[in-house]
Amino acid sequence: MIKAKNRLGLVFFPAFDWAISPTHPEREERLLYTQDQIFEEGIEDIEGIKFYNPIVAENRDIERVHFAVPDVESRVTKSHLISVGGAIKAFKAVMEKEVDKSFALVRPPGHHAQRVVYGDRGFCIVNVEAVALERIRQEYGNLRVAIVDTDCHHGDGTQDIYWNDKDTLFISFHQDGRTLYPGTGFIDEFGGPNAYGYNINIPLPPGTGEEGFLYVLDNVVLPILDEYKPDLIINSAGQDNHYTDPITNMNFTAQGYAKLNDKLNPDIAVLEGGYSIEGALPYMNLGIILAMAGIDYSKVKEPDYNKEKLKQAKDITDYIKQVCNIVYKKWRNKEELWLKDIKGKDYIQNQRQVYYDTDGIMEKQVQNFKVCNKCSGVNTIDSRSDTGYHIFAITIPRDACSNCLDEGYRLYKHSLNKYTNVYLQDRVNDEYLAR
Amino acid sequence: MIVGLDMGGTNVDGVVIEDYKIINKVKKPTNRDDLFGSIWSALRELLMGVDKSKIERINLSTTISTNAIVENKTDAVGMIIQPGPGLPYDFLACGDENIFISGYIDHRGEIIENFNLSEIERAINIFKQKNIKSCGIVTKFSIRNPKVEKSIKKLLEKDFSPITMGHTVSGKLNFPRRVYTSYLNSAVHSVFNEFSSSIKKSLSQEGVDSPIFILKADGGTMNISAAEEKPVETILSGPAASLMGINAMLPTSEDAILLDIGGTTTDIFFLANGVPLFEPLGIKIDRFKTLVRAIYSVSIGLGGDSSIDIEEGQIKIGPTREGKPYSFGGPKPTPTDAMIVLGQIHDGDREKAYDSMLALGEKLNMAPEKIAESILYTMADMIKDKVDELLDEINSHPVYTVKELLYGKKIDPKLINIIGGPASILAPILEKKFKLPCYFPKDFHVANAVGAALAKPTTEINMLANTSQGILSVPELGLYEKVDRSFTLQKAKEKAVELIKESALSLGASKDEIETEILEESSFNMVRGFFTSGKNIRIKAQTKPGLIHELRSDWND
Repeated sequence: MIKAKNRLGLVFFPAFDWAISPTHPEREERLLYTQDQIFEEGIEDIEGIKFYNPIVAENRDIERVHFAVPDVESRVTKSHLISVGGAIKAFKAVMEKEVDKSFALVRPPGHHAQRVVYGDRGFCIVNVEAVALERIRQEYGNLRVAIVDTDCHHGDGTQDIYWNDKDTLFISFHQDGRTLYPGTGFIDEFGGPNAYGYNINIPLPPGTGEEGFLYVLDNVVLPILDEYKPDLIINSAGQDNHYTDPITNMNFTAQGYAKLNDKLNPDIAVLEGGYSIEGALPYMNLGIILAMAGIDYSKVKEPDYNKEKLKQAKDITDYIKQVCNIVYKKWRNKEELWLKDIKGKDYIQNQRQVYYDTDGIMEKQVQNFKVCNKCSGVNTIDSRSDTGYHIFAITIPRDACSNCLDEGYRLYKHSLNKYTNVYLQDRVNDEYLAR
Repeated sequence: MIVGLDMGGTNVDGVVIEDYKIINKVKKPTNRDDLFGSIWSALRELLMGVDKSKIERINLSTTISTNAIVENKTDAVGMIIQPGPGLPYDFLACGDENIFISGYIDHRGEIIENFNLSEIERAINIFKQKNIKSCGIVTKFSIRNPKVEKSIKKLLEKDFSPITMGHTVSGKLNFPRRVYTSYLNSAVHSVFNEFSSSIKKSLSQEGVDSPIFILKADGGTMNISAAEEKPVETILSGPAASLMGINAMLPTSEDAILLDIGGTTTDIFFLANGVPLFEPLGIKIDRFKTLVRAIYSVSIGLGGDSSIDIEEGQIKIGPTREGKPYSFGGPKPTPTDAMIVLGQIHDGDREKAYDSMLALGEKLNMAPEKIAESILYTMADMIKDKVDELLDEINSHPVYTVKELLYGKKIDPKLINIIGGPASILAPILEKKFKLPCYFPKDFHVANAVGAALAKPTTEINMLANTSQGILSVPELGLYEKVDRSFTLQKAKEKAVELIKESALSLGASKDEIETEILEESSFNMVRGFFTSGKNIRIKAQTKPGLIHELRSDWND
């Protein structure tokens, strides 16, 4: 029998009884054929690969990351708590050194879920990786973490959550926001005042194939990770870059995805999107599992794989090189850019609109970040939704100084009556209040 | 009247059961060099003085196939394997010749690329050169489409026999296990068939014409002609016989722990609501993980004759048995010696037993009686630790639905049933350790034979209906037929029950003893584009494992 070079934990939880709606891409059937492939290959008999069930996350785990409006019970189902619980289990298996790496194949996905949650957007309500990671940080201390989002859609939820957190480097490469939901993820989205440069977007043109993705990895992602030196690397592993995916326009392959994981060498991978359920997911997931376990994946390929047809056009290759060049230079210059863009300001304010496509909700936000020279700085969100809420949400970051901590509580106590709901996240003391 | 016979490594045990009572029993040593002879002499003795015309069935649990595999006395097998894309496949080379062919079938059962005829011709030549007669043909996803296996079989049929096709050994997904199981089935074919023809011949010479059944590792039986086709199903039936025996003597409908404590090992089983727990995929034999359906059983190296040492101030029992107990002239102190010192066994040389405990006790500064007691407590601790570990594993087996994760059945034992030499002595200690009531039968010596006798035919099917493709398949029965869009989960369940009944009848079950149950059922909407294109329905059904009847509780009075 085959032996895995790296001990790998697999949380395979296809949630065969959960769907957004019967014909929605996020339906019961999504991981059925992936399961067939995993079973037929005999993955469970490979020495060194261990299967785990999810645990059920607690409401408090959600409150640590999200402002669910009006509250967690109204927005989050058991299925979401289990999907998150799957990721927590994957993290724990690695932290407890039961395995070297782990992969949570869980659904529903989460990378479009932002700090404020009025409902479902991009099939996500709860940010699976972020909620799991913050629970792990509460239990195991403050880790330096890089999240690499390899889903075809911009990981706008994860970006929002870690916008101002220098200890969590967020890198997303995805199909250019001008051509695909959620329409964000541009190079100039560079991070909050305390984490300027630690939010990196690499928008890629439709038609990007193996060559392009691996170029991005070799020339931007890996060099940045080398410099950042994270304790943990997480792959936010969407699989909708595949050439057969019905809702995107890229040309990635199972071989390419396995190679990417081999090179990226993540400690933990968490499944995100990917809706070519028969033609791509079984092979992509198998490729990731083998690559993470350190088993030869060279024989993994799709039935209709045709290397020639999937070859990347030259103009696309040239364009990607340019994008990579700009992004990497910008990363190298982040300190200078901070001096130019941030220094001397007391607050940085962002205004934006957020659309919840799955639930059809429109939200208007003003985020306000305090520029503090002792810590990440207390920050707030003033948010209105067209469902009638007007909320005020305060976050005291994990590393808050005593001034910012006091200010957070002051803001909470003295908030104006015009708000329907007021929330306080005190991550220093792991306390979450609402009124 | 039912005859049951269990051939173990050391003994052949047999019983005749009539009117819920054992009316005759026999125990004979097993001669490893003449397995048929061992069975036959036990059987002949057992049938002496019995009205042969009243025998309804003869149930045999044999180690014929198991021994052949473990002792490497199997036939050379030529394997033709189509691995297709996926995992590396070198490790699948289990046959004496292994030809990996091109082409593949995907998870939908579509033949994406066909094999090459010249590859099969090459295989035929090589097998002939090596004088190989037996073959196995296995493709990845063959249970979804057996076409390739069947066409290759046609090409081989003229020159080779037996030929095992992968899709016939099980309806479960697991390509490596399908390869190994198919290999083993061909490898033990002739050794089992020689045995079966001898037994049939000898019985008919004795004037016995009752049907013969062979015990399987799942605690059920199949008639001898089915076993001749699928001899791999006859491996490792011993533990199943012992579990069925415990159930016949100590019936329960609770969650329970079952222990068979012997001289060398302790076998551990579990019941969920009185029904034995199965291996999720199949049993492991030698170095092969198979798809042979089997009762979940774990054996640990701990028994009455396990040798005892003191290591780092701790009593260490087993895992080896280095001979007889010290009091019977063996080399090492054993739990049996401890039981003799405590006056619980009145056998062997008591003085020697005492000496062995004295020597052990000196190392720990304990009196002989004290350390003897300590040994029994250690034994109970070892069993409890293992059982707890296994229960943890079992209760965290992977589940795939929210409902199962939140409300799934967890095994929570309410009692312990024990058989074996030390059962009565260990029962009160185990009772304390587990805080569960322990039961043991008055006479356990023929438990295995009773288990074999009272087992009934069992079968399982895995049905898949894909109404989008219009295909219904039940690989175990070789059934692949068209199905239309109106097929539903309900219809699938009805069909599965019907098929299980048919299958059980073909294995020799009588109509009134067939009890069917649906183990798993699911139905997925298949959506292609924005429209529902059909349903993907999956059913797993079986005949409920169980006994023909229990023994009367006063049987050994």
